[in-house]
Amino acid sequence: MFAFIVTFLFSGGVYLLLTAGSGSVLGFWAPQELWVGLVISLAAALMARNYFFRTRRRPLDYLRRWVRAVAYVFGPFFAELTKANLDVAYRVLTGHMRPGIVRVKTGMKTDAATLLMANSITLTPGTLTVDIDEETNDLFIHMIDVPEGMENRDSIEVEELFSLFNCPSWVRRIAE
Amino acid sequence: MIWNVFIGLSLLIGLVANTLGIVGVLRFPDVYTQLHAETKATTFGSIFTSLAVILYGISKFCQTSDGQYVTLILHALIAVVVLAITNATGAHAIARATYRRGHRPVKAVVDHLEGFSK
Repeated sequence: MFAFIVTFLFSGGVYLLLTAGSGSVLGFWAPQELWVGLVISLAAALMARNYFFRTRRRPLDYLRRWVRAVAYVFGPFFAELTKANLDVAYRVLTGHMRPGIVRVKTGMKTDAATLLMANSITLTPGTLTVDIDEETNDLFIHMIDVPEGMENRDSIEVEELFSLFNCPSWVRRIAE
Repeated sequence: MIWNVFIGLSLLIGLVANTLGIVGVLRFPDVYTQLHAETKATTFGSIFTSLAVILYGISKFCQTSDGQYVTLILHALIAVVVLAITNATGAHAIARATYRRGHRPVKAVVDHLEGFSK
């Protein structure tokens, strides 16, 4: 029942977001949009509640994770993205590079965490995720500028890729 | 007036970043390095061009209180989020497919993926 209510509220909220500005009921919505949204949200909640809630966690825990995810995107992630762009600009203008593919030990326990980590790596300076070892969740990343000495090691730790913030620990707290 | 300054600045940053991405695609030697330029620069650039749209929507909404500008703001916001996720995931898919197709990174100093197969 709890899963049904939360899924209903979530899909209803998304529907209202997408249709805001269509009329003047409650400020922003046309009356027919509200009725259609209600029916569609009910149907979506009936069908999808067990997919939306794979794992059983406490409600407050979910809320905390969402808040953390938003904070992560606007804080550490955006800072790293900005730095990545300055890095790309530097390499575009000078052409200086020393590429290579290295194995990175992430230590992530869930698929969602590995996905978030892989996408964060792709959008942060000098690194691009190429492949994944699905048994150990290790990532293979293409580095545009391999530091001296790193090519002799078997693998590196994921913390070594980030300099401004400790993004891996953020990802662990959001998605594990 | 002050809105226009911020809108113009966002557009400028966005266009500069996107231009750098394109120059990178033209200059870099292989698919992997081109993807570096393409994903980072276009994500960053598109965030700022969308920010310009959002600022324009807010400024117009403040003047006219017209509901259509709320739609504009929200849709631009959702577009940014979806773009950031799909851009990274798409780059990942292209890089993986390229490697499996047999293309190796040019001038690579190390390649741990060599010999790793499932």
